[in-house]
Amino acid sequence: MKTPLHIGFIPLVDAAALIIAVDKGFTAAEGLDVTLVREVSWSNVRDKLNIGLFDAAHLLAPVAIASSLGLGHVKVPIAAPFNLGLNGNAITVSPALHAAIMSEIEGDAVDPMATALALARVVAARRKSGAEPLTFGMTFPFSTHNYQLRFWMAAGGVDPDEDVRLVVLPPPYMVDSLANGHVDAFCVGAPWNSVAVDLGVGHILHFVSDILVRAAEKVLAVRQKWSEKNPEVLAALIRAAAHAAEYIEDPGNRAEAAHVLARPERLGVGAEVIQRTLDGRLKVSPDGARRESSRYLLVGREGAGRPDPAQAAWLYAQMVRWGQTEMRPDALRTAMAVFRPDLYDDAMGRPGATSASSAIGAFAGPAFDPGDIAGHLSAFTIGHWKP
Amino acid sequence: MSAESSPKIVIVDESPIRAAILEEGLREAGFTGVVHISEMQSLLARIYALDPDVILIDLENPSRDVLEQMFQVSRAVRRPIAMFVDQSDAASIQASVDAGVSAYIVDGLKKERIKPILDLCISRFNAFSKLQDELDRTKSALEERKVIDRAKGILMKVKGLTEDEAYVLMRSTAMREKKKIGEIAQSILTASELLK
Repeated sequence: MKTPLHIGFIPLVDAAALIIAVDKGFTAAEGLDVTLVREVSWSNVRDKLNIGLFDAAHLLAPVAIASSLGLGHVKVPIAAPFNLGLNGNAITVSPALHAAIMSEIEGDAVDPMATALALARVVAARRKSGAEPLTFGMTFPFSTHNYQLRFWMAAGGVDPDEDVRLVVLPPPYMVDSLANGHVDAFCVGAPWNSVAVDLGVGHILHFVSDILVRAAEKVLAVRQKWSEKNPEVLAALIRAAAHAAEYIEDPGNRAEAAHVLARPERLGVGAEVIQRTLDGRLKVSPDGARRESSRYLLVGREGAGRPDPAQAAWLYAQMVRWGQTEMRPDALRTAMAVFRPDLYDDAMGRPGATSASSAIGAFAGPAFDPGDIAGHLSAFTIGHWKP
Repeated sequence: MSAESSPKIVIVDESPIRAAILEEGLREAGFTGVVHISEMQSLLARIYALDPDVILIDLENPSRDVLEQMFQVSRAVRRPIAMFVDQSDAASIQASVDAGVSAYIVDGLKKERIKPILDLCISRFNAFSKLQDELDRTKSALEERKVIDRAKGILMKVKGLTEDEAYVLMRSTAMREKKKIGEIAQSILTASELLK
């Protein structure tokens, strides 16, 4: 008798480890009978996980933290024992904004400081001419996309709350919104950046890995209480996801993985565009220019699967910086305790595994120190938090 | 605030029928200020312009995440928005998620004034999905009827049977193979396509 589980996901490439775990039989091999439920909004995933309609979910890492802190919604402690992906997002801009940034840029367009400074000049020129502020789309208030966009533009001197508009858009609406001028740019996960480029309505300006070398993106989330009641089921689920991640990272399996992910009931987009993002070889411009990065999306390699509490601390620091919550030592501890390397180690039978590099590797500001968030944030002039 | 008379309620729903069912129910219950938004473009701007007390949105709508933005500190938000449900309202969340609807309430509206709106909303959403299920069942029954009729026609022609004999043959085959008669009929259609 297999253990039945209901797991929610949003159709994005970074749900790959979860989908492959189920569709290639890794969960069945661990004695689990998983039903994947495709969802249309992060709010739904969060609520259905919170009230127990889902046993586990593919979840934005910051939502797992916000839920545990009771920010934006009811407080339900969440445990994240597996990291479904590191990085994987990109910033895509409209052809018009791309041209404007390129005409202002001094230096290399791959350098996020150069583009952020150019953006600041574009913003200043627009203000002078009385043009409407630029609008940037992102996926959720508590999202990596929100924080990555803000971190990038603020480094160039653009205040994300004063100088531009940031709006939430569901990922499937991003491309249309860029095409019809509702937004000038967006930050979203795969495959939507590539879809915009293929349709000729956007240029990929940055991979998020240009901004942060190592950024926790989506986690496998369960209710903390559920994790305590079902330790063996959870361990089996972690192992299945880890094996699936390993499978995906083998270049020989990429085509098959992309094919499985492309199915209508999973991501429902072309296998080719999925494989591009798994391989980190992206078409970045409608003229066909390509860019490769070994860091575009990490599913399992470089210890990506093992949750790192320092990543949770960085995300909490962003919530503080942008006024979503106050700085409190107990809240920081709660946030860090959401990421559970101990559960990962137990499941994988690797007690005391040494953590992979916990560096965030941001392109601007001092190196991140989870032990001194106040000191870290005081290095940034733009933001809501004041020392 | 205006909510003291009749709260202004916005229904965000791309299904015009479901929205109409809910709107009618709210009006019958004496809530006169009901506006339906079916167009998701610039949703937040529309909502700010209407300045509602309560926003109801179906869970099939990806734009639910757009509404979550109203909780954020922003110049654009004129009145703070709060979730009606708080820690003690687990049953309300459960019931509304089960029904497929979510409510966002602007701060200041009294809890006892919200409860009847949410209850009505949940019961109308449940009624709508029941209606939908019935419709789906009727549709698939009709489809099955068509398939069976076509299979009967094939058996009559190929095996020289009467209509009744053709039906009895399918029925007994279905019983012997522990399948539905619709499935047997479909197999006959598929086989006949292949043998053409």
